[in-house]
Amino acid sequence: MSEEIELMKGNEAIAQAAIRCGCDGYFGYPITPQSEILETLMAEQPWKTTGMVVMQVESEIAAINMVYGGAGCGKKVMTSSSSPGISLKQEGISYIAGAELPCLVVNVMRGGPGLGTIQPSQSDYFQAVKGGGHGDYNMIVLAPASVQEMADFTVLGFDLAFNYLNPVMILADGVIGQMMEKIVLPPFSPRKTAEEIKKLYPWATYGKSKDRKPNVISSLEIDSVEMEQRNLKFQRKFQLMEENEIRYEEFETTDAEYILVAFGSTARICQKSVEIAREQGIKLGLIRPITLWPFPTPILYQYTSKVKHFFSIEMNAGQMVEDIRLAVNGKAKVDFYGRLGGIVPSPIEVVEFVKSKIA
Amino acid sequence: MSQTNSSINEIIKPENLVYKKPSVLNDNPMHYCPGCSHGVVHKLLAEIIGEMDIQEDVIGIAPVGCAVFAYKYLDIDFQQAAHGRAPALATAIKRLMPEKYVFTYQGDGDLAAIGTSETIHACNRGENIVIIYINNGIYGMTGGQMAPTTIEGMKSSTCPFGRDISLNGYPLNITDLLVRLEGTRYVTRQSVHTSAAVRKTKKAIQKAFVYSMEGKGTSIVEIVSTCNSGWKMTPEGANDWMVENMFPVYSIGDLKDI
Amino acid sequence: MKTEEIFIAGFGGQGVLSMGKILAYSGLMEGKDVSWMPSYGPEQRGGTANVTVILSDNRISSPILNSYDTAIILNQQSLTKFEKSVNPGGILIYDSYGITTPPTRKDILVYRIDAMDKSIEINATKAFNMIILGGYLKIRPIVSLESVLLGLKKSLPERHHHLIPMNEAAIKVGMDIIYQV
Repeated sequence: MSEEIELMKGNEAIAQAAIRCGCDGYFGYPITPQSEILETLMAEQPWKTTGMVVMQVESEIAAINMVYGGAGCGKKVMTSSSSPGISLKQEGISYIAGAELPCLVVNVMRGGPGLGTIQPSQSDYFQAVKGGGHGDYNMIVLAPASVQEMADFTVLGFDLAFNYLNPVMILADGVIGQMMEKIVLPPFSPRKTAEEIKKLYPWATYGKSKDRKPNVISSLEIDSVEMEQRNLKFQRKFQLMEENEIRYEEFETTDAEYILVAFGSTARICQKSVEIAREQGIKLGLIRPITLWPFPTPILYQYTSKVKHFFSIEMNAGQMVEDIRLAVNGKAKVDFYGRLGGIVPSPIEVVEFVKSKIA
Repeated sequence: MSQTNSSINEIIKPENLVYKKPSVLNDNPMHYCPGCSHGVVHKLLAEIIGEMDIQEDVIGIAPVGCAVFAYKYLDIDFQQAAHGRAPALATAIKRLMPEKYVFTYQGDGDLAAIGTSETIHACNRGENIVIIYINNGIYGMTGGQMAPTTIEGMKSSTCPFGRDISLNGYPLNITDLLVRLEGTRYVTRQSVHTSAAVRKTKKAIQKAFVYSMEGKGTSIVEIVSTCNSGWKMTPEGANDWMVENMFPVYSIGDLKDI
Repeated sequence: MKTEEIFIAGFGGQGVLSMGKILAYSGLMEGKDVSWMPSYGPEQRGGTANVTVILSDNRISSPILNSYDTAIILNQQSLTKFEKSVNPGGILIYDSYGITTPPTRKDILVYRIDAMDKSIEINATKAFNMIILGGYLKIRPIVSLESVLLGLKKSLPERHHHLIPMNEAAIKVGMDIIYQV
């Protein structure tokens, strides 16, 4: 079997990967710069092939609550939006975490606050990794840096969501969503049958069979003693994620004296910055956190034994830099450079900033 | 004593059975106040699910409000929704499993205030679900605040001098609005304050469940109800007050059946 | 070729994005790594549109750049804004239609292609962007004409495949009419 190489936008890749990985339902509302996800799904009409349900609904709020309903039935369901729409979904995401349901939420970020700009930004980092909704919960946040990863993380995101029974977020931005690149789509895998769901997800609400008690999907627990126990169980789950799910990529770090830390499209820009800096004799490297939560804290800490100066490069006012500072725990200097409001930093700009700080 | 016991045993025989608690209703003590309409409607749902023999094929959606714990009393699979979002959950569940019966159970705050958008859009899409809508004109769970359906002049903790139209706007008759939507098939308004009314409501809910499998649109059963604690009345007084004051605003009967 | 970084800018509706797309598809046909990064949003609807296309034999790092090997400029606004973005020794191709202030840089190679006038003359305004593409490929033959035709086939929906010969003809016209200033 030869690989199917395609050229497509990051947003389209998410839609195609969802159909191929046996997604049962997508619920969404148009918003730039991610509308191609819904548009692609509507054009593909997967309900005629795999049986996947695709709905454009009245609001982002309705969409995330449809995800809750579908996930509660053991179905593989997702939604996508961009920053303001993701703010609207936060209550629903918190409910999903509280009811321990699996789902995939895609945020193709634009500049904020408020209606902001449709241009790319990474200013929803805090919202994604610190728990955008209410209550003590975390979710795995995957930051793709290529169109290929938009597809790959759709598949991976669902797997992680079902492994931990927890929402998973893909945190992309307008660059990754809108650009076209080469991609090898994941192979087709069928949707789960009703029988498989009964066997695999005995907690799901598919109708109470005679041999069991009713299944109830709820995040409500009035009794504080019970609720504390439930919270402690969540925390154990989040700890497992921190132990097992950290993902990151290194670039030219072996002999690096300085390290850039950047995620998503900014990491692509920083890769170019590393190339330029090395041509000028500066030993610069790059660490790209792939999971923004759990953050590659131990990896960064290990590097402090040989690297004394880190640079956080972000398209925001300085958010991930706080996690880097926590990670290096005072053992290295951390400087921040960011562009705001939809401005994308250029590779040379980043190099000039590094040079100004190491001079 | 033994005389009495033996006479009871004489009476408790299958052939003498005239009424029993529906098997779908479990033994958990309900948290509803004495005199509340919720218990009656829960029992009707349990009866219907039992009689239609659909316990294995029904999924209920509980709201936020007094009925948040509906899942504790009916032995069926249940999901508890965020405030107002029950029709969104129901939409997804029915679309993903069209062979199942899916119903929401919502109060007036849930359905006609915070969830207005979800209600109207689910109905407008003609989702093949059943919406059970309890309208008692007040927020019971949070302690008797004004609801979208609180009638003019009616007192609540957030309109202590009675609902003032110039301040609070008009009571929202959402069911009348839903009649106008192409997506609705069956819209009815009932009550459960007399035995006759209970029987009519049961028939209406039954019909809504049957309709929901015919793919012809949404069925809404509004039940004009009492909240005697929130209204600060006796159960009987609340029934009388409802007939006298609520029914003129929320007229009882079928509004649409096609 | 190791890496070619191309910037195309003009009015929305001139086929800027689709020309970039065809170029990217052509690179794909030759097994190159490619990226296509458009300006997006309201620009799509009548304002200026631009796209950065990168073709490379290696893995592409940044899909967004601030200077380019080649800039193809199709209106005055973009010329004013982006003339300075061409790498020294790089190429600037422009269509003279509506240009009031032609490029002045001496450290780059400037080419002119009167594609708009030509497309009107030969009654092929819809293939305007293909005339431009032809001109570019004449100067920088980074992909073969065969690959471009394969790329067209891959990027166009099947119902438009009958237009490929017309596009091919337009590409050849572009190759003929481009000249160095």
